[in-house]
Amino acid sequence: MFENYSDSQVYLAIVLAPLIGSIIAGVFNAYISRAVAHTVTIAGVGLSFILALFVFKYFAFDGAQAYNETVYTWLVSDGIRFEVGFLIDNLTSMMLVVVSFVSLMVHLYTIGYMQEDPGYKRFFSYISLFTFSMYMLVMSNNFLQLFFGWEAVGLVSYLLIGFYYKKESAIFANMKAFLVNRVGDFGFILGIAGVLMVFNTLDYADVFAMANSKADLTIEIIPADFLFGGEWSMMTVICILLFIGAMGKSAQVPLHVWLPDSMEGPTPISALIHAATMVTAGIFMVSRMSPLFELSETALSFILVIGAVTALFMGFLGIIQNDIKRVVAYSTLSQLGYMTVALGASAYSAAVFHLMTHAFFKALLFLAAGSVIIGMHHVQDIRKMGALKKYMPITYWTSLLGTLALIGFPGFSGFYSKDSIIEAVHASSIAGSDFAYYAVLAGVFITALYSLRLFFIVFHGEERMDHHTKEHLKESPWVVTVPLVLLAIPSVIIGGMTISSVLYGDYFNNAVIVQQAHDVLGHLKEDYHGPLSMILHGIRSAPFFLMAAGIATAWFLYMKNPELPAKIKDSFGLIYDILDNKYGFDTFNEKVIAAGTRGLGNIFSKFGDIMIIDGLVVNGSAKSVAWFSGIIRHVQTGYLYHYAFAMILGLIGLLALVIF
Amino acid sequence: MLILTHFLVLSAILFSISLAGVFINRKNVIILLMCVELMLLAVNTNFIAFSYFLGDTAGQVFVFFILTVAAAEAAIGLAILVVLFRNKRTINVEELDTLKG
Repeated sequence: MFENYSDSQVYLAIVLAPLIGSIIAGVFNAYISRAVAHTVTIAGVGLSFILALFVFKYFAFDGAQAYNETVYTWLVSDGIRFEVGFLIDNLTSMMLVVVSFVSLMVHLYTIGYMQEDPGYKRFFSYISLFTFSMYMLVMSNNFLQLFFGWEAVGLVSYLLIGFYYKKESAIFANMKAFLVNRVGDFGFILGIAGVLMVFNTLDYADVFAMANSKADLTIEIIPADFLFGGEWSMMTVICILLFIGAMGKSAQVPLHVWLPDSMEGPTPISALIHAATMVTAGIFMVSRMSPLFELSETALSFILVIGAVTALFMGFLGIIQNDIKRVVAYSTLSQLGYMTVALGASAYSAAVFHLMTHAFFKALLFLAAGSVIIGMHHVQDIRKMGALKKYMPITYWTSLLGTLALIGFPGFSGFYSKDSIIEAVHASSIAGSDFAYYAVLAGVFITALYSLRLFFIVFHGEERMDHHTKEHLKESPWVVTVPLVLLAIPSVIIGGMTISSVLYGDYFNNAVIVQQAHDVLGHLKEDYHGPLSMILHGIRSAPFFLMAAGIATAWFLYMKNPELPAKIKDSFGLIYDILDNKYGFDTFNEKVIAAGTRGLGNIFSKFGDIMIIDGLVVNGSAKSVAWFSGIIRHVQTGYLYHYAFAMILGLIGLLALVIF
Repeated sequence: MLILTHFLVLSAILFSISLAGVFINRKNVIILLMCVELMLLAVNTNFIAFSYFLGDTAGQVFVFFILTVAAAEAAIGLAILVVLFRNKRTINVEELDTLKG
């Protein structure tokens, strides 16, 4: 059936299957039933999942060479080709499996979660469209298509955050997500422009092949006389600009503000877009661009510090949130910080490895949270939950597995990826790595604390829900629980199964390029003796003790002495206020950035638009014509003899001209 | 003895009179038409004079054509004048200023 894997038809089918499903469910919305809508979209995503598995087998087990072909040339301008093409290698094939698997699970889950929603068919159309966009992003072989996928996933994210478009807060949140992403995308497109300027091509392979020869180029953006002025390394500029795009999409400080608010969208898309796939696009992009990023230590340090700040400080916020989805959202921010730290430490494989394990267990946690929300009749406040264990056993056990994977309990998939990141940062020697090491180490404690806090409050303790809710409390239907179980399996085992080849093997050898000086994973490889010995080593190291301490603290505070947190909150009022205001990012954005932008816009509107353009240029030219013609029209008296006189004068004038 | 100059002077006088008629006349459109006809006659006089003194009859042939055209023109002009009068109830030049900008 698939003897000839390199056929671009297989890759086209992967990409187009969800798109066709999306078009059928979206465009023919009014003509099809709900069952048809979910059948076609699930069939599309299911087909792409099966094909993705074949492609993965082809690359991971049959050891195929990377496939890099153009399928369509959009236009050629000044020698620069704008194309649609596929670059499929080990990195892409892994991303394909992760994206299609999580997407398929979310499609199934949606049948149960959205069954009472009037926008059922629209929702299926959107998530299939998202799947298509994400495929385009990860399969791209050039920057243009990458940018297309990048914007397309952003668009679908916008549509889905505002899915409940009659809800004020949802509209606010999707606008916020869109605007914050614009900031990141502005940097991203400048970065792409920089690539085009230096390399004169948008094709990955050509750019990476030339990267080393352009490493010494410099550029002067700010004249030398000013602060920070002078010659900058071109690579640093490009890499930081590209990374700013990643900061927007992958929600790194200070462009993280949209992600917690994006929880206004339905839970399935929080799992798919805002946890498992889209937000990791930045991580994927930086890994893909490793030949460029490797050339700039400044950019790597920048990435490292941003990631470390995100990992630690966003974790703190998770501790005080009371909305079940927001806790998980802050945990996503913190985990994205971990991945970014790994990128900064040049451990791209570790970042992508954590991306994969995180995609499974975080999608699981979100879907479990969604299952709880269904059971609670759309109550999301954890203070109104409690002791759900006996009502929702499947959700309970799968959440437990997801939580253990998230906090990095030895043996679970999160343990392998997170411990590898911590070790990689420890081994790294670039600027900022010490700070990052302590930040991610402290993050382990914080992660365990907020995860177990959520877990204990929701599933254990006393029942705090009202009588009515309690009567209807029951386990969710099978379309909800089956995806939970299917996601729980990789959350537990995928890490141990794949670490030997993905992280310490040669899986990413052709896809990710690391310079000798930065090769922290190569360094760690010498001490690696298989997943079991990593567990044995892990339970004797600092992260394990910190995690145990986090669990114990959570247990002590929320199980043993449930009245204690309130007292702590009262005695540390200032710290609580800072955390409650999320470090003031939102306030700052609203008061300074948004208000400043509006003020500046007002000035431009009043002086630039109304005064100069409207008043002077447009109306001014019209007025001057009217004024001039007002003078000229006096010549036209309407009397025949005046005109005749003018003709004679003209005739005499012409005669004079001819004669003299 | 009549020489060419006399004819040319006569023709120039006729032309100037008609020109003055066009400019100075403020009352009657019919006089305007007559002045235009007079201008053509002045030109015709020139033609005939040159034709006679240069010994070329082609000039006189031209005069016939011009007279024919002038007759047609006068007929059309008078017809327009009738229509104008029907619409405006006047042929006073001072009052015909609808071309005013």
